[in-house]
Amino acid sequence: MIRVAWLVATKDLRIEARSRVLLWQVLPFGVIALLLAGLALGPAQAGASSAGPGLFYLVVLFVALLMINRSQALENAPGTRASVATLGLDPAGVFLGKAVALTVELWVTGVVLLGGSVLVLHTDLLGTLQALPSILVTLATLASAGTLYGALTQGGDGPATLLPVLTLPAFAPLLIAGERSFSAALQGGALWQWWVIVVVALVAYTAVGILLYGVLEES
Amino acid sequence: MVVRLANAVVMSKGFPLLSGVDLTVDRATLTVVTGANGAGKTSLLRLLGGLDALTSGAGDVAGIDLLSGDRRLLRRRVGWLGHEGSFYADLSAYENLVFAARVLARPVSDVDAALERVGLGHRATTTTKWLSAGQRRRLGIAWLLVRRPELWLLDEPYASLDDAGRAFFDQLLADVVAGGATVVISAHDPLRSIDLAPRTVHMAGGRVRVP
Repeated sequence: MIRVAWLVATKDLRIEARSRVLLWQVLPFGVIALLLAGLALGPAQAGASSAGPGLFYLVVLFVALLMINRSQALENAPGTRASVATLGLDPAGVFLGKAVALTVELWVTGVVLLGGSVLVLHTDLLGTLQALPSILVTLATLASAGTLYGALTQGGDGPATLLPVLTLPAFAPLLIAGERSFSAALQGGALWQWWVIVVVALVAYTAVGILLYGVLEES
Repeated sequence: MVVRLANAVVMSKGFPLLSGVDLTVDRATLTVVTGANGAGKTSLLRLLGGLDALTSGAGDVAGIDLLSGDRRLLRRRVGWLGHEGSFYADLSAYENLVFAARVLARPVSDVDAALERVGLGHRATTTTKWLSAGQRRRLGIAWLLVRRPELWLLDEPYASLDDAGRAFFDQLLADVVAGGATVVISAHDPLRSIDLAPRTVHMAGGRVRVP
């Protein structure tokens, strides 16, 4: 399983590095969305507002949906699905590999968007750095859950539009926990309560993905 | 006997893709499935490859029962070349084959040999989406050479190949069959090459029509 996960993750990351979809399409979209959020708050409110973490995670949600669809689309290109299916890859390894690749991509995007938050939304730099570990774990959890739901929607009609409908109820607790954790870091409060939710969700989604990804692929 | 189907039915969303196919295919033979568009050729190949499930009837492929057997195991034994190509468009020809080789624990040196064999040695580092349709088809064949499956399922393999490509492909098929593998091809028309001496079966309306 680990060997397949490594092969799939490196393959997905190599494709991303080659196609530069993340660099030229997803990241600019995220930065523009952050900029619009800053403009909506206005220059007087941006620094004083507590809305920074919420706006950051709202943009992360949009970006994550794009990246999940992209991750699954790689496997569903015409002709690819059937040929790769005949390789007989271990589905648990495929799930882990895709989740790891998506995690790395979300981390890169998240770090850029955090920089944007500091510049555009004027979130406190020290507090943002303190929140970084919790943000990375939250993004990993979104990647794990997103990989699972991405596989679920790719089998049906209209996967790009079905994905947000299915994922939002699942993502909501993660986004709230992430936002609370980020806010707590900015305001000097305790972080651990929110970490527990995110870490438990990460373990749960990863376990479910390992167990059920094969069933989703077959369906 | 590599393939044995009896009254095989495949349904998709209530629509019969195959409506009672009887077919046997011997080991180390070349079989060509002909028929018009929508006759069920691709559906038959997908059933044989374990890509679609058998709804009713009976059948086994490479010793694996299509109703009760492990279709994932079956898929590992077959090689599939579809209409559109068989690989990741943003990887190079070489990277695609290395991925397949590593998954199947084949030596990476097989990749260079396969690319040379299909005449793509000079395009190894080209990103796949920049290859021509004929070159992508050759890459698909190289993918199968790396995989070395016991049952080759080739959906319209002559599409996009020029005369030289067709001649090359005829020779390749002859070598594959001589090496003990079994090949099933779908095509609109019977093969031009008489040297291959394939067995031809005709499909219409999701059934095999014996001439």
